[in-house]
Amino acid sequence: MTGPRHDPDMIRPYVRTGGQNRPSRDVRLETVLIAASGPTERLGPDARRVMRLFAGGRGGLAVADIAAALELPPSTVRILVSSLMDSGHLTSPAPVQEGRPGLDLLEEVLRGLRELV
Amino acid sequence: MDSANWSDQPAVHYLAPAVTRSAKIVVAGAFGVGKTTFVGSVSEVTPLRMEEPITQASVGVDDLRGTPHKTTTTVAMDFGRIHLLDDRLVLYLFGTPGQTRFRPLWEGLTEGALGALVLADARDLEGSHEVLSLLEEQQTPYAVAINVFPDAPRYPLHEVRQALALDPDTPLAECDARDRRSCVYALITLIEHLTARHAPAPLVEPRP
Repeated sequence: MTGPRHDPDMIRPYVRTGGQNRPSRDVRLETVLIAASGPTERLGPDARRVMRLFAGGRGGLAVADIAAALELPPSTVRILVSSLMDSGHLTSPAPVQEGRPGLDLLEEVLRGLRELV
Repeated sequence: MDSANWSDQPAVHYLAPAVTRSAKIVVAGAFGVGKTTFVGSVSEVTPLRMEEPITQASVGVDDLRGTPHKTTTTVAMDFGRIHLLDDRLVLYLFGTPGQTRFRPLWEGLTEGALGALVLADARDLEGSHEVLSLLEEQQTPYAVAINVFPDAPRYPLHEVRQALALDPDTPLAECDARDRRSCVYALITLIEHLTARHAPAPLVEPRP
């Protein structure tokens, strides 16, 4: 692998996330996020890196996309993102449904996949 | 994945503005079974990689100083995604290693997942038992697809079903992980199964 890498052991996740070790809300790997508003000066370095991805309104990203783009562990990104949602910096156009996915979502995915073949 | 594909600042692919919903399917299986190939065949972006460090206490080693040995393993997960229904819906596919030692990772992966597609290699069906146990333990519904490697022998599916000890209603299909159409059909088989599980039970409730 080329390019600079963060050694995940160098900084413990709870340091990266300002002491939190679990997300404050139900944020999943596939949760889609878009930028809302709010000043970013007071955010920690990793939270600012997350927000920089959303600068310029280029579109939404899911938690997994953020983890891949910033080379951060997905567990860390879930916590960062939940804090950024709490502070109003990020919002989700596709809010998480509680529990197991419902029949309507399954039917939509099925319809979408059938359109491909 | 070829290391030459990695650059300092990998291109970020943003989602379509029309996206209002997202869903995820776990593509699970033993090492080398073709998970990333499958994800790459379906995905509209080159599979991306996430890395999660997992700290575990060493098994079977007692430290005389009273502090258990801890080892950190980094688990790599490749994932892809595809926009569906005129970009209103985005489906994520997470390739997931099937070893029990990665259990801590599985909760975050399977939570909220539609279900799992288990890829298996007919030459090493034994290797799939661990992932099937994990899914059953987590009550994640699944279907199984045999990745038809060109040099692998073909076995009758009823024998494969028996060797994997699958429930009679668990779908078992064959697919070619290199072929997009074949992979999409395997996913359709899974979702049809999941949809059928949602069918309302016959109304036999007693009247008040």
